[in-house]
Parts: sequence; structure tokens; C-alpha cells
Amino acid sequence: METIIKGKVYVIGDNVDTDQIIPAKYLSYDPSNDEERKYFGKYALFGVPEGQSGLPSGDKRFVSEGFSSEYSVVIAGKNFGCGSSREHAPFAIKEAGATVVVAESFARIFFRNCVNGGYLVPYETPVKLTDKFVTGDEVEIDTSKDSVKNLTQGTEYSLNPLGDVKEIIEAGDVFEYAKKIGI
Amino acid sequence: MEIFNVGMTLTEKIIAKAAGRDSVKAGENVWVKINVLMTHDVCGPGTIGIFKKKFGEDAQVFDKENVVIIPDHYIFTKDSKANRNIDILRDFVNEHELPHFYEPNTENYMGVCHVTLPEKGHVRPGEIILGTDSHTCTHGALGAFATGVGNTDAAFALGTGKTWLKVPETIKFVLNGTLPKSMMAKDLILHIIGKIGFDGATYCAMQFEGEVVDALSMDERMTICNMAIEAGGKNGVMAADQKTIDYVKARTDVPFELFEADADANYKAVYEINVSELEPIVAAPHSPDNKKAVRDVLETPLTRAYIGSCTGGKITDFEAAAQVMKGKKVAIDTFIVPSTTFVEKQMNEREIDGTTLMQIFKDAGCRIGPPSCAACLGGPDDSFGRTHNDEVVISTTNRNFPGRMGSMQASVYLASPYVASASALTGKITDPTEYL
Repeated sequence: METIIKGKVYVIGDNVDTDQIIPAKYLSYDPSNDEERKYFGKYALFGVPEGQSGLPSGDKRFVSEGFSSEYSVVIAGKNFGCGSSREHAPFAIKEAGATVVVAESFARIFFRNCVNGGYLVPYETPVKLTDKFVTGDEVEIDTSKDSVKNLTQGTEYSLNPLGDVKEIIEAGDVFEYAKKIGI
Repeated sequence: MEIFNVGMTLTEKIIAKAAGRDSVKAGENVWVKINVLMTHDVCGPGTIGIFKKKFGEDAQVFDKENVVIIPDHYIFTKDSKANRNIDILRDFVNEHELPHFYEPNTENYMGVCHVTLPEKGHVRPGEIILGTDSHTCTHGALGAFATGVGNTDAAFALGTGKTWLKVPETIKFVLNGTLPKSMMAKDLILHIIGKIGFDGATYCAMQFEGEVVDALSMDERMTICNMAIEAGGKNGVMAADQKTIDYVKARTDVPFELFEADADANYKAVYEINVSELEPIVAAPHSPDNKKAVRDVLETPLTRAYIGSCTGGKITDFEAAAQVMKGKKVAIDTFIVPSTTFVEKQMNEREIDGTTLMQIFKDAGCRIGPPSCAACLGGPDDSFGRTHNDEVVISTTNRNFPGRMGSMQASVYLASPYVASASALTGKITDPTEYL
């Protein structure tokens, strides 16, 4: 895990479920297949309805063309990643090039998949950031301080510490972590 | 200060046993031995890919007898990648000589994994069951700890037989009273999700008990646990009783252990619900917690009805729908999808007043599809019953998020088989009472 993560934010609302993150239609691609995995990037957050894609305007696709996104950090509301257990969801966001999701809360399976698969750093925010941050704002996340600076707006917020899962994130994924602790 | 005299919930008991400990408490992270790992065609290939990459091409699975592979999502489709995924599963099964593969287009084919797993005796009380599907929580209805995991967790468990769990807090739901005649288990769980919100049980165990649960059939108990995930639950769970024991023993001779919650267990919350006072409900678009009494949305126009899935495609669900539809014609496109080949067989055998359930649906003008997940989650463009436009669907499935059944423009009302089939007859949301 990088200590400092910089990039543009993509803002979405509450209850973004796994069908919005990666519509079921695209699940026949095999994430283990190098040719096919890039399609998960292409269709990441493809199911978020118009009006809610890239708040506050709601008219910006996460991936506007090609297979990767110009955004490195997703800012979401409550219950991000609810619904299915598909690991394709955090995988898709990662394949698009993002590395962190900051949400008010996460659905547990999504959270677990982010950590155990080593795809994304899932930060919880005690402050509702979705009505403060604007899609395209430049931010800097400091994982040593658990904080996010909005460089565009000149503001800074604390994030909830990663807690128990930080060790797994630092190890890389659950396989590396298990090796490290001798499981 | 630590309090040592607090008892354990049903979920804590099962996890403690699997962790090889006398006790665990909510919030702890523990490593547990798992009993069963289930995967299907959508997540199996990714799981196998990670398993091979991390453990090596020659790695062995943790326990051949307890790796269960059930293709069910994208079965009857021209989508070449979906069909290729089944080839990947078959190759893996052959390579590892796995005995439990319910392969499509063979006599072994069953269909929806969550109906197949208990039906084929792969779920026993007190076990830890992982599946690469969020509705794996269904199996808590048999007194097991069952939860959905991603490909990485599944691949790790496939190689090691282990996973780490944060012991969830438990929310207890005590269902007392008598289930009104026009209601089914589906109404109860939609009521509960509507009450606590669809993130109301995030990372909690949902423990269901009470005289109403005791009286429910195994199918109906499974409907309740199946939708625990729709409130964000880690697992849904019910203590095994004689009904569970009889069900399991009729399907497997694998020994099992029974657990029950201690009287002094600690709960995050306890809800006591008098079921006698409830009425039929639906979850309106676009969230499973958008609870509306049927009475308040009567006459809402519909264009399609769908009866199927792990939630609403069991034999009990079709018996209920057939009871409503017998001798009548549907007013809108109505799709009937048995969850498994076994359910389909029973539909051809069981009769109401001398007519089989299947014939009742045919006579009513329903369209009947082959057993699979079909349109519950949209799927490839040619999935049976998939929405493509602005359909308004009443469905016995489990989710109604935007685009869930295929089209982003479609709207889905979740309902019991009674409500869905009564509504199919009128083309509007309809109270089933007069049809029963």
C-alpha cells in the first residue's frame, strides 16, 4: 500500500450495489484471463444510473472511453458494494485504475473482497463527503495518517483507521497475510 | 473489563466450534475450518484461476467430498464465454476427480445452487458453509453458519479448508403469532428488511426463532435466511429442530452436531414481531427495503410476472402460485422458472384437484423455462425472462436494484408467490386473499 495516494475523485451516492458496479451481463468474462480482465475495467461502475454518475452533475461516466478511468479515488455514501458477493466488483474498479474507495459504510462482502483480494483500500469516513467533494477534485490520501486532503478545495478530513484489516492490506492479500502469520 | 459469564449466540457457538475454541465473542477475528465450499459458473473460473496462481498447478483441494460445483447462472445461453466457463469448471472437476459436479446437459444437472445444496445433502447443522454467492446465507435455515464470499476467499478456502471470520454481532428476530393465510415467509422477510433497512444488519448475524419459524416448512425457512443478505446480514440462522434433523437425515448420512443459543447470549438488538398483525407486502422499486403494504399499492399496473430463483422458485413457491392460478388465465406475460430439475420434476408430479402444477401453469398461459437462475440477475441478453425495456415486473426473486433483471429502465416489485401470481391474473398488484 502506498503511503500517499493522489488523484481525482469520482463521487457517487448511497447504496451503490454490485450490479451497478459491474452489471451481471459482463460476468461471463473470466477475471483470471489476461485478455478478458480489461473488460472489467471498461465496464466498471457502468450500471450507475444517469443523474447519479459522477456527482453532483451526475453526467460523468467513471470510464468515459477505453479500459481505464481518469479517477483514482471513489467517494461513495452508505452501504457501498451491497448485493452480490461478486469479487468482480472491487476487481473492476481496480482494473479501471482506481486504488481507494472512501465510503460512509461498506457492505461486508465487498469490504472483505477489497482486502482479501488486495484490490482496493476501503476507507470509511465518519463525515459525509459525497455532498462536499465534486467529481474531478484532486485529493491526496495519507494512509499513515488516515486522512484525505481535498487539494482543489483546500480542506482536510480524518478517515476511520483501517483497524484489523490493515495488516492484510499491507501484506498484499489474504494469501500473503496467511503466510506471514503462519496459517 | 472482560465479562466471562455471557453466553453465546447460535452463530458464536458454531464459529467457536469451527475455530477449535470453547468460546468466541462478537468482534473477534478468528480462523475457522470450513466444512463445505460451493461455487458456480460465474465465480468458479475466477476462483480456480486464483487457486492455481497462488497454490500452483498441481495443488490439491482441501477435501474433495466437500467441494461442490453447481453451474446455475448462465446455462441456457448462446453467450460463448458463459459456455466456456462451464468448460473451465468441468476441466477442474476432472483434474481433481471431484465427486459433486451438477453438470448442465447431463442427468446430474440440478440448477440453482442454493436449492441444490440442501436438497443433495451438502448442508448439515452446525457446519461452516462458504459459497461464492451472496445468497449462500440460505443454508442457515438448516442450523449452519453459511455466508457468501468472493473468489479470493473461496480460492484460499479451496486450498486450505480455512477462512478468517470477524465474529458478527447477532440481531435476534422472534416471530410469534400465526402467519395469516394470505402471507408466506417472503412477506415476513420483506417486512423485516423494510423495518431495519437494507443495511440494517450490516455484518450481523440474523437469528430467527419463535413459534412462526417452528411452524414453517424447510423451504419457507430457507426463503427467510436467503434474504438476510438483503439487510446486509453476514448470515441468517435458525436453530435446527426435529424438522431440520428429519430433512437432513433423509438426504445424507454425514454426522452433524446441533447447537443452540445460550439463554444469556448477548444480542445487538432483539425484535419481537407479532406476525398475526402483518399483511401481504411488496418491496417497490428500486430497493428490497422499500416496503409497501399490498393494500397501499393495489392497482399498480404491471407488464410482467416472474416466479423463480433461489428465493421464490422452490416447490412450495410453485404450489402456492398454482393454488392461486388454478383454472384461471394470466393477464400479463408470466414466466415460471423452476429453480432445479428436481423442483421441475415435482411440478410434473404434484397435483391440485387432479391437475399437475405444471399443467395449471400451462393452462393459465404462463411461459415455462428450464431450471436455472435465468432472469433473476439479468444475465446474458438471451436469458429467459430477462427485461430489455421499461417492463414493470412483479417477481418472487430477491433484488430489485436498478438493472437487476437486465434493463436499466425496468422496475421490479418483489413479492411472495401468492402476491405475484394473483397479480399475474389481473395485471395489477393484487391482494391474494380472494384467490385462496
